[in-house]
Amino acid sequence: MKIVVPVKRVVDAYVKVRVKSDGSGVDTDNTKMSMNPFDEIAIEEAVRLKEAGTATEIIAVSVGPQKAQEQLRTALAMGADRAILVESDLTDLQPLVIARLLAAVCEREQPDLVLMGKQAIDDDSNQVGQMLAALRDLPQGTFISRLEPGAGHVVVTREVDAGLERLRLSLPAVVTVDLRLNEPRYPKLPNIMKAKKVPIETATPAELGVDTASTLKTLKVEEPPVRKGGVKVASVAELVDKLKNEAKVI
Amino acid sequence: MSILVYAEHDGRALSPATLSAIACARSIGGEIDVLVAGHDCAAAAQGAAAAAGVRKVLHADGAHLGQQIAENVAPLIESLASGYGHVLAAATPCAKNVLPRVAARLGVQQISEIVEVVSPDTFVRPIYAGNALATVQSSDPVKVITVRTTAFAAVADNGNQAAIERIDAGTDAGKTEFLGADLHATSGPELASARVVVSGGRGVGSAENFDIIRALAGTLGAAVGASRAAVDAGYVTNDHQVGQTGKVIAPELYIAVGISGAVQHLAGMKESRVIVAINKDGDAPIFEIADYGLVADLFSAVPELTGALSG
Ligand SMILES: Cc1cc2nc3c(=O)[nH]c(=O)nc-3n(C[C@H](O)[C@H](O)[C@H](O)COP(=O)(O)OP(=O)(O)OC[C@H]3O[C@@H](n4cnc5c(N)ncnc54)[C@H](O)[C@@H]3O)c2cc1C
Ligand SMILES: Nc1ncnc2c1ncn2[C@@H]1O[C@H](COP(=O)(O)O)[C@@H](O)[C@H]1O
Repeated sequence: MKIVVPVKRVVDAYVKVRVKSDGSGVDTDNTKMSMNPFDEIAIEEAVRLKEAGTATEIIAVSVGPQKAQEQLRTALAMGADRAILVESDLTDLQPLVIARLLAAVCEREQPDLVLMGKQAIDDDSNQVGQMLAALRDLPQGTFISRLEPGAGHVVVTREVDAGLERLRLSLPAVVTVDLRLNEPRYPKLPNIMKAKKVPIETATPAELGVDTASTLKTLKVEEPPVRKGGVKVASVAELVDKLKNEAKVI
Repeated sequence: MSILVYAEHDGRALSPATLSAIACARSIGGEIDVLVAGHDCAAAAQGAAAAAGVRKVLHADGAHLGQQIAENVAPLIESLASGYGHVLAAATPCAKNVLPRVAARLGVQQISEIVEVVSPDTFVRPIYAGNALATVQSSDPVKVITVRTTAFAAVADNGNQAAIERIDAGTDAGKTEFLGADLHATSGPELASARVVVSGGRGVGSAENFDIIRALAGTLGAAVGASRAAVDAGYVTNDHQVGQTGKVIAPELYIAVGISGAVQHLAGMKESRVIVAINKDGDAPIFEIADYGLVADLFSAVPELTGALSG
């Protein structure tokens, strides 16, 4: 089974982001950048499938600036075999454009499975996987917490509103992962060193025949209104009194 | 221009989330039609017809639509979309699964989880787990949008009698087979729409201890929520998770017990009207946004609170 794993370079999940004062976006200069946490989980799952003898080749793909090589190297150090960077310095590439670029890569690579994050933690779009599946006319399994490979299919367990559901998807398919699928490993030092030597393949949107123009324009980005902290109460009795007589919620 | 709302339902009734999506549609303006797709879902179609502001209900019924499999529902919505200026749905796992597929097939950008309508083509949506708000403008002919339900008060079920039109249900794409579901029955109100929510975090310590949270929730007629850490540790099932990657809720009263207040958790509850935090660490970030903070050991404070309220 050949697996493609798209990975995005994002502001680290534990950095407190700052909105730029001119309202043009979020400040990412001198900010710690990481692989999108969901994508780390997707890579981990692919590597486990390879260790189990199910996967034959894992290709990590990122769309982004030169620096996204760092995240691709992390993917290689975790166990991906190859890495492809689709280079673009545009900071507002929309999910549909990303999906079209990934679809073009999949057209070339013909993977049996695309394993990816359910959501990028910067734009919080939760779209690219579903869009890629639509563009390639493939079945999709989104928000999964379990993956069981079979002959010509995969069985996925999805986290839905009221619990879990199980689907069998014929391959090729697109699967987007949720946080509870696995705990990603930390790459070992020798693997990090080895990953530094792997050549990263590159492509451009033009080479892939994809127009990067967007029909969705960001007019401004603002800080949300800050919620003022309230008071500390000294006892349960005081809390009950405040809730009843001040906030009047109970 | 008219608006198509893709409904979420259980075959019998429309979900409250869909009533919020209809409310959002009303704030955009224009005639509103609701698509009820499913299997044996005539009752849900009737429910949709009764919602305030609905012009027409499109009812598609077929076995292959019963589980809202995206591969089967998306082509149906796509076939209807050209007659509309907007396609809307509540941002629940169901629509988050289906609508991007529709958008891609239409060749348009989806606008995820809007919290405000500025004008029919301009919307506000949170990014970075709600740490920033982006105002975006779409030039697409059809605007495909998911709606954050906490930002739009549900329309009433006001005895409206919109026409119900049966439409062709399409066919099974045949690539996906539904094997089964493990739906966790909950007693008490639904987390997504409850007036009061009591949530427990890692501090609760075990699945058994979660009874302390349930007892308080029971007393208040509240729903039970949880942090990701509590779900990951197996204290409660995934459907309880509140946050960036769980449910986004805005109850009248949110009580966070043994939860530190990570940004990803706050993303799911900081719009609540009144927030209470009970945590033994006085420096926990949750206190920065709590209206009432109680620095205490939850194992004594929560039972005491339950006792005081049930008296
Ligand atoms: C991509 C991503 C997405 C995420 N999505 C979510 C999400 O949707 N929802 C979410 O919740 N998290 C999410 N997280 C995780 C989040 O970052 C935090 O790790 C998580 O919210 C912590 O949960 P917690 O507050 O229960 O645990 P902790 O941070 O461990 O806090 C436990 C708290 O309990 C208190 N405590 C312990 N014992 C007691 C006691 N006896 N009495 C009183 N207080 C006590 C402690 O003082 C502490 O403050 C996400 C993380 C990432 C990276
Ligand atoms: N620039 C990108 N490069 C590679 N993969 C991406 C990119 N953007 C999004 N993805 C993938 O799509 C998933 C969902 O992203 P989104 O729809 O933007 O929330 C991510 O978890 C990644 O797997």
